[in-house]
Amino acid sequence: MAVELDVFVGNTTLIDKDVYQLWLDGYSVNDAVAIRVQSGILEQAGTTPDVLESDTMDHYRAFQMLERLLHSPPKLINQLLFQIPPPMQAMLIEKYYTFEEPFVREVLGKKLSKGTKKDLDDVSTKTAITLKSCRRQFDNFKRVFKVVEEMKGPLVENIQQNFLLSDRLAGDYAAVVFFANSRFETGKKKLQYLTFEDFACCAEQLIQNWTLGAVDSMADDMDVDLDREFLQDLKDLKVLITDKDLLDQHKSLVCTALRGKVTIFTEMESSFKNLSRGLINIATKLIHTKDVRDLFVDLVEKFIEPCKSDRWNINDVCLFLTQYTNTARALDAFKHQCLWERYMGTVKSCILKMYHD
Amino acid sequence: MPGKLKVRIVAGRHLPVMDRASDLTDAFVEVKFGNTTFKTDVFPKSLNPQWNSEWFKFEVDDEDLQDEPLQITVLDHDTYSANDAIGKVYIDIDPLLSNEAAAILSGWFPIYDTIHGIRGEINVMVKVDLFNDLNRFRQSSCGVKFFCTMSIPKCYKAVTIHGFVEELVVNEDPEYQWIDRIRTPRASNEARQRLISLMSGELQRKIGLKVLEMGGNAVVGYLQCFDLEGESGLVVRAIGTACTLDKLSNTATSLLPPCSSPSKDMKEVPFSEDPNPVTHSSGPSTPLKNQTYSFSPSKSYSRQSSSSDTDLSLTPKTGMGSGSGGKDGGPLKALYRQQTQSAFEHREFPFFTLTTFPSGFLVHVGGVVSARSVKLLDRIHNPDEPETRDAWWAEIRQEIKSHGKALGCHAVVGYSESTSICEEVCILSASGTAAVLNPKMLQDCSMEGCSEHRLSRQPSFFSTGSEKGEFDFFLQCQDSASILGLDDPLSLGCNFCHIPYDELNMPFPAHLTYCYVCRKQKVPDVLFTTIEPPLEAAVTGKGCLIQARLCRQKKKTQGEANATAISNLLPFMEYELHTQLMNKLKLRAMNALFGLRIQITVGENMLLGLASATGLYLTALPSPGGIQVTGKTPSDSSYEQHISNMQKKINDMIIKNREIYEINPPEILEEVLGSPIPETRQRSRLFRSQSESSDDVSELDLSHGKKDAFVLEIDDADAVEDIHSLLTDAPTPSGFYSCNTEIMPGINNWTSDLQMFTSVRVFRLNNVTSLTSQWLNKAFSDLCENLLKTLYFKLRSMVPCCLCHVNFNVALPEDELIQIAVTAVAITYDKDQAQYVSKVCTDKTLLRASAENEEQLQFTLELCMESQSTQCALLFSPSKAAEMTESGSLQPVTPAAQRATSVDYSSFADRCSSWIEFIKQKAQTIRRGSIKTISSLDKASPLAEAQARHRSPISCTTSTVVEMTPLSFIPGAKITKYLGIINMFFIRETTSLREEGGVSGFLHAFIAEVFAMVRAHVAALGGNAVVSYIMKQCVFMENPNKNQAQCLINVSGDAINFVRDTDVESAPSQSQASGLQTGNGSGDVVT
Repeated sequence: MAVELDVFVGNTTLIDKDVYQLWLDGYSVNDAVAIRVQSGILEQAGTTPDVLESDTMDHYRAFQMLERLLHSPPKLINQLLFQIPPPMQAMLIEKYYTFEEPFVREVLGKKLSKGTKKDLDDVSTKTAITLKSCRRQFDNFKRVFKVVEEMKGPLVENIQQNFLLSDRLAGDYAAVVFFANSRFETGKKKLQYLTFEDFACCAEQLIQNWTLGAVDSMADDMDVDLDREFLQDLKDLKVLITDKDLLDQHKSLVCTALRGKVTIFTEMESSFKNLSRGLINIATKLIHTKDVRDLFVDLVEKFIEPCKSDRWNINDVCLFLTQYTNTARALDAFKHQCLWERYMGTVKSCILKMYHD
Repeated sequence: MPGKLKVRIVAGRHLPVMDRASDLTDAFVEVKFGNTTFKTDVFPKSLNPQWNSEWFKFEVDDEDLQDEPLQITVLDHDTYSANDAIGKVYIDIDPLLSNEAAAILSGWFPIYDTIHGIRGEINVMVKVDLFNDLNRFRQSSCGVKFFCTMSIPKCYKAVTIHGFVEELVVNEDPEYQWIDRIRTPRASNEARQRLISLMSGELQRKIGLKVLEMGGNAVVGYLQCFDLEGESGLVVRAIGTACTLDKLSNTATSLLPPCSSPSKDMKEVPFSEDPNPVTHSSGPSTPLKNQTYSFSPSKSYSRQSSSSDTDLSLTPKTGMGSGSGGKDGGPLKALYRQQTQSAFEHREFPFFTLTTFPSGFLVHVGGVVSARSVKLLDRIHNPDEPETRDAWWAEIRQEIKSHGKALGCHAVVGYSESTSICEEVCILSASGTAAVLNPKMLQDCSMEGCSEHRLSRQPSFFSTGSEKGEFDFFLQCQDSASILGLDDPLSLGCNFCHIPYDELNMPFPAHLTYCYVCRKQKVPDVLFTTIEPPLEAAVTGKGCLIQARLCRQKKKTQGEANATAISNLLPFMEYELHTQLMNKLKLRAMNALFGLRIQITVGENMLLGLASATGLYLTALPSPGGIQVTGKTPSDSSYEQHISNMQKKINDMIIKNREIYEINPPEILEEVLGSPIPETRQRSRLFRSQSESSDDVSELDLSHGKKDAFVLEIDDADAVEDIHSLLTDAPTPSGFYSCNTEIMPGINNWTSDLQMFTSVRVFRLNNVTSLTSQWLNKAFSDLCENLLKTLYFKLRSMVPCCLCHVNFNVALPEDELIQIAVTAVAITYDKDQAQYVSKVCTDKTLLRASAENEEQLQFTLELCMESQSTQCALLFSPSKAAEMTESGSLQPVTPAAQRATSVDYSSFADRCSSWIEFIKQKAQTIRRGSIKTISSLDKASPLAEAQARHRSPISCTTSTVVEMTPLSFIPGAKITKYLGIINMFFIRETTSLREEGGVSGFLHAFIAEVFAMVRAHVAALGGNAVVSYIMKQCVFMENPNKNQAQCLINVSGDAINFVRDTDVESAPSQSQASGLQTGNGSGDVVT
């Protein structure tokens, strides 16, 4: 005797959060049942595995039907097919769009193309996240990317409006979209120590300060593309390292300001020119797309690693960068104060975020 | 031109992509009513078009308004090829025709396609202007209100309950027409949906006409069904109870136009100039067509309140003599019985589809009466004259009526009809509860009825085939007309349990005792009914769902042989189901069943029987004895060991069940009780008819001491199986209760947390023919148990909760498939409050005062005066039966006639089966020992659901949510307005079954779609809930090899608007209407 058909439909759609999570995690029905059995639910509810299987199947089917709507959350809110209380709707959406740290670290900054999607099985093996779940997360990235890519207005707000996500999650997606668009390199071994949160903070800074949106709030793609004019202008900062006088003057100002305030004063003094050269070189090269991609690698190689080897602590880094930025104002020969601050303000925030003790 | 229908198409959203190239759609809308069609402009390249059309106006007859659905089709414009249909919306505009209903219908409707399901939504506004005055449009029965609710709707008061109305219309099924071979499945489905919509509109209009003729203005307990007879056609039939309803004045009333004030309604009610174009087709004299095959009724049956299965064929003499007063009831009781009886006997069918009555309306309940008949379907040759079907139902109704009489009852309440069809065989079933209704409610007719009665009664007395010959006829009607013993027991809540029949001429062997509450009247030991537990009933503890399940194999045959085989199986099945029910009832230490529904489903090679009911412990009835197991061969010691083990298990379970259901009636010592205890400790023997050795019942000591035990003798496999099934029924998990009635006695404080659901399962049995009957039985029982288990698991987050109105529907769609569909509602209750309430609310007056509106309902029954004598003579004369035989069919005129004059080819088998029944009935009796009782005032836990409705801690008022419930009320809320009946029929088909997630995915989506469409219609009417929701049909067919499936679903309910009590409390209390309105009415109104 076999069950051919087995459905349960409630006027209010019944949703079991645990099963939803298992489904999102990409477990097959059988695996999900096994996991639920292990959780001791059979004893708790005094029931049998076949009941559990039926229940799991039912939920999976409902989720599959909901998935179509979850691809466009405003539809889920307006649709008439499933009656779901608003808090539950919010939960469904939020969880569906939540992504996992190991996964996002693999994909962040990669082109959201079919090629990347093909490589997801490697990602799956590496991260121990099921391929199904990887695909969902990847498709979410891609979907959000496609929808907001060409939209006017602030990125986070656009994401929020079109996908009804929480502030935090919308911010994270903004980072993903931003990284994917500029294809920042995040996968190098040197960057492995960085978390997604680090990158998300950097992305927020970059979006706020370096994109078109920072100057023109009505431009297309304002928050996605970097302000090319600004990148062009960054070449002008080169004077800070090419002009010997300026460089020395800058160094002495910083040293004066920091004397006695940092533990690693001598190391700082000796490596000042290297560090300054590193930072300015990054700036001047940003006009090249390839160098934009390597921004984080460069920041680590040119600044963070030297500091680390000299055992600077975060406080030292902070003080140094603050003074390094501020003292440039006192350089009479340096005419690019605005540009300088737009550049350094962001670089400083990024470095501080990326500098782990 | 009596009406103008106005439609405006506002916008669409979430439309599907119809043009792959642009990923967009060029949508426009066709609005069709009758033969008129309007179109909107094309809204190019959008999935969310804004048409904002003008108001399309249709000038139509009111008859069309009632029959035709408004049809809205959304299409994709295509310049080069034919426009593609996206989907349709059918809108029944009937709710707009009632003078007090919604003025406008406006909202988002899902766009539905029978192949693709829901494809986006459309915003539509519909208005109806009726030009003429009320009087005129009443001729087409516009404005007669329909309610699915099986009780007087909450914001109305019944002025008069006129009685039974029925109608059926037939047509050819479009799916079976020749044209179906050349048209697309979509066209075929749409033709079917449209036809059924038309037919149900027509049916409703015709019923409405009958109601107007009777002087009513509403139909309550309206039950409409479709019989998909395949080749032979499509039958849409409906039954209901005609009433004159008055709207209770509250805030809603003030919104009504002045012309529709309730008092005016009443005056206009009798006004009907319509020459009645409807053939009043039911009746015993309907001519029968020769080509009709009909079989002698497989089983005419009545279930009563005894453990023994009773066939009324044994008791025709009591059937007729039931009008005579019993000794126990005293002379006055006899008189009033005659009065009421005469009043009811004048009507053709004194049936009521209602299951809940205002307190005091139901005087006595006799027991369940049911009738079944097996018919061979034949093509309906002339759709305009559906006599054959009408005649079939008329037969069944006559049988029910006579069963009712045999139980000393003049009316049948909780009446329902159903069919089961397989190929060309059809089982027609009807059942109800024989009852005596309060003659106070018949005031205007009672005096006249009494005199009439005496005249007509004597000649109608006719005793056929009486074996005993003697007939005790106590005519003691000379005393005063006041009703004795009504008031007192009424307040005690035991009156309805008292037997309505004559003790000395009991229609079946039952064991009577004095009522355990009032100690004055006789009560049976067990009571079976199809109704809801009366509000005033004194109940001990809580109830539970009890099911009897049965599977019987049969040979795969054709035509007459098949029908005969089924006819022969039916009595055995009924008997088995009854035994199972009785055993399970005893096992739960309960003594009454409510809401009993026995469904017998016919398939190609088997028959399924499923009886569901809610078991209760009625305080007035004696405590049930235990179940005693006895063995046939006591010599074997291991066998005895086995038996005593079983006995122990059963005893343990009874004790456990007493705890679970809180059944602890206090023991009352016999000395305290005084003398009027009847022959108590008599011991009678029990044997099962199947066993040859019926005489060697062992006289084991009963483990229940002095108490009576119900003896189960295990001397054959059947009995072992019975006991096994008794013990394997899984107990409901803690925190759950379940019942198939609307409310669970003993639970009073429902919260507003409710979840209605439908669950469908289909099982495949492999090699049915090679399976044993026991195995099948167990398999079927397991299926039901498992389904319940799954429900409990799924709803575990709602604990403590009760599954109410659990409604099982069993079908055998194919050879080896069993389909079970369950619809129910889970309601969370407040555990702590429950105990509090049950202790406090013993005061009945308090209870009644708080019961919402109920106390204001005034019932009267209007009589149609016919000559009773002629009717009875016709019914009982053998010549009548003979006539019918000549015309090629054998009629179940009365049980007596049926048994006596079986001359059909199936007669022999029938006679045999009736003889076997006879033995069975003789065989089974009950032992009874000492009496246990309780005083109702101390420990009774009356139904205080109405009170509970007023106290709910939770309030969630989201405007978008539409509640659906099979109950007639929303817990913790007050119904402010009834917006009209919802009656929808949908077909869904797929040719890509695998892609839609297989059969489960397909059906899951379809059921969700049906819910969505119901909710959308309710919301558009301005409502926020559907009450008395029922899924009447779910026909599922699949062909996995072709990757195809098709499903038909029919649902109905009442759209309402409710406000949560928590929201109301802040508002000023509404003034309540009382007898004032009634005073305004015409002369026949009674308070």
